[in-house]
Amino acid sequence: MPVLTYLEAIRQGLWEEMERDERVFLLGEDIGVYGGAFKVTEGFLERFGEERVIDTPISEAAIVGAAIGAALVGLRPVAEMQFIDFISIAFDQLTNFAAKCRYRWGAGVPIVVRGPCGGGVHGGPFHSQNVEAYFFHTPGLKIVEPATPYDAKGLIKAAIRDEDPVLYFEHKYLYRRIRGEVPEGDYIVPIGKADIKRPGRDVTILTYGWMLHKSLEAAELVAQEGIEVEVVDLRTLLPLDDETILSSVAKTGRAVIVHEDTRTGGIAGELAMRINERIFEYLEAPVVRVTAPDTPIPFSPPLEEFFLPQVEEIVQAIRWVANY
Amino acid sequence: MEATLTREQLLDMYYYMKLTRMVEERLQRLYRQGKIVGGLYRSLGQEGESVASAYALEEGDFLAVMIRNLGALFVRGVRPWEIFTQYMGKGTSPTRGKDNIVHFGSVERGIIPPISHLGDLIPVMAGIALASKMQRKRSVALTYIGDGGTSTGAFHEGLNFAAVLKLPLIVIAEDNGYAYSTPKHKQMAIENIADRAIGYGIFGETVDGNDVIAVYQATRRAIQRAREGLGPTLLEVKTFRMRGHAEHDDAWYVPRELLEYWQKRDPILRLETYLKEHGMADETDFEAITRRIEEEIEADLQYAEQSPMPDPRIALEDVYAEAPSVLEGAPRPREHAAKTRS
Ligand SMILES: Cc1ncc(C[n+]2csc(CCOP(=O)(O)OP(=O)(O)O)c2C)c(N)n1
Repeated sequence: MPVLTYLEAIRQGLWEEMERDERVFLLGEDIGVYGGAFKVTEGFLERFGEERVIDTPISEAAIVGAAIGAALVGLRPVAEMQFIDFISIAFDQLTNFAAKCRYRWGAGVPIVVRGPCGGGVHGGPFHSQNVEAYFFHTPGLKIVEPATPYDAKGLIKAAIRDEDPVLYFEHKYLYRRIRGEVPEGDYIVPIGKADIKRPGRDVTILTYGWMLHKSLEAAELVAQEGIEVEVVDLRTLLPLDDETILSSVAKTGRAVIVHEDTRTGGIAGELAMRINERIFEYLEAPVVRVTAPDTPIPFSPPLEEFFLPQVEEIVQAIRWVANY
Repeated sequence: MEATLTREQLLDMYYYMKLTRMVEERLQRLYRQGKIVGGLYRSLGQEGESVASAYALEEGDFLAVMIRNLGALFVRGVRPWEIFTQYMGKGTSPTRGKDNIVHFGSVERGIIPPISHLGDLIPVMAGIALASKMQRKRSVALTYIGDGGTSTGAFHEGLNFAAVLKLPLIVIAEDNGYAYSTPKHKQMAIENIADRAIGYGIFGETVDGNDVIAVYQATRRAIQRAREGLGPTLLEVKTFRMRGHAEHDDAWYVPRELLEYWQKRDPILRLETYLKEHGMADETDFEAITRRIEEEIEADLQYAEQSPMPDPRIALEDVYAEAPSVLEGAPRPREHAAKTRS
């Protein structure tokens, strides 16, 4: 099987969907001639032309709003946010319009809004954010965040074929750093399915995105101490895969939730509560979370490193629940 | 009109333009040496409009810059060490390493910092202008926006708001040809950004952005109107971005001829020529200024390089007015969950 970077996998998924379905088109800033700020859409303009690869003005509300309109009448738009931070400008279109169409009047809005998220590259407070929690609270949206090239390709395809609005978050730290086997040709990673990336019996880690890789590292480290960690990659954040999450935690009796986003109101809180409500009797230890603190993400390397969850902190959390 | 600028003022503007260019050249070297954290956004070729417009302001006025307005910050009293430390992420930087580039401000100095979300400054500066009016002050608010940034909703909402309330707001729209890789004709279907002023019912004017005297005078006119209660101005300056969007971008999408055309209209060279032709300055004057800047840059850079990186714990400070404890009041704080931060 060919080995691709995370970025190439997204690119291939997009490409194949555009080949497969002529209703699919792309819109966003600098995605055409320039091939996108991170080069995800390089070569698309040449292959698919200006009607299907649209360079837009700097107008996120219009980009997403227009995508919604086009989707309502039969097209399959994929809108790029140059950095996911700028999705805040389209917040209203997404949370009020797209998310409520089906519920109000039975209309589907099959759009994908994708863009680079996350820290680790010293992007500062406006080019590093994780925005999932803002949208996690909005019924009607779906949210996915792949961590591996395989999942990245399978999920972009699933997102494009989905009948509902899907937010597809790409971690920019992973773009060119993570490689993996990606099948040639068509396959889907279903939205709503988590994946066990490492099986284990003692402690469950629930995580996604970049933090999957840090969690796997931590699991490797504590394995030497005899602690077998099961690492669950959520992949889809909305709707959550209760079955995989709860059955893993019920099996191990111990859970650590790891995310890069800040703590208060983050996804970890919801996960912990679901575990508490549904499988409390199975727990051997309190559920704990490893997250960023409740501050904006800082720019300077020592500050950013301090802000981001580190492998050592995950290791400590694992040990703590294991020895509780 | 030209007589309103004295030789001293013109040489002063020359100093700020040259300072901007030389600091950015230095930053470019640091960037190549890997000493800069993150990206570098240059204003090469458009230093004139930033300097001349900021130079037209008076004490008590407010200014908010965008990424290519380093020159305006210098005019307002910012020193090169502040820029070097910001770019290097040092603990001595104005934001103590929390934010980067020209993303810093201080109300006392009349500088409001940008955020990356383009257009968002315009409503904020309208608010500053509103307060000036409410508090019966003379101060005006001036900010900048790129041709690309004028496509945002916030730009429109801010200007319209200021127009309706007749606020002392001046928005300088920089037509520098490109927004990242996107040429202006893909950003808007009009030729002159200033034409938008009609739609808001405000003053609009287009000037040559590489002619510092013209920019200065147009800004003075806008300021005067603002102080007289005549409301906002949308002042468009025609200039060109002579580098890529940032240093990682070699701007292959910009036709050579355009760069050559604008190269000849370099604002610094133009001011030199003007000063020489009017017998106000010669090469020795320019050289003296350049030498002075070199010394200033050397000293400031040394300070910046010797400055320590910030203490990681600073990351937790200043979220609220009082230094908070992340754990305060939390039940059973434990080492693992606390990220061992305190
Ligand atoms: C709302 C928003 N969308 C996208 C971006 C990403 N971005 C940063 S600068 C830039 C181009 C800006 O062009 P322009 O406003 O013309 O200013 P210039 O860089 O030419 O000075 C883009 C798209 C952003 N900062 N804000």
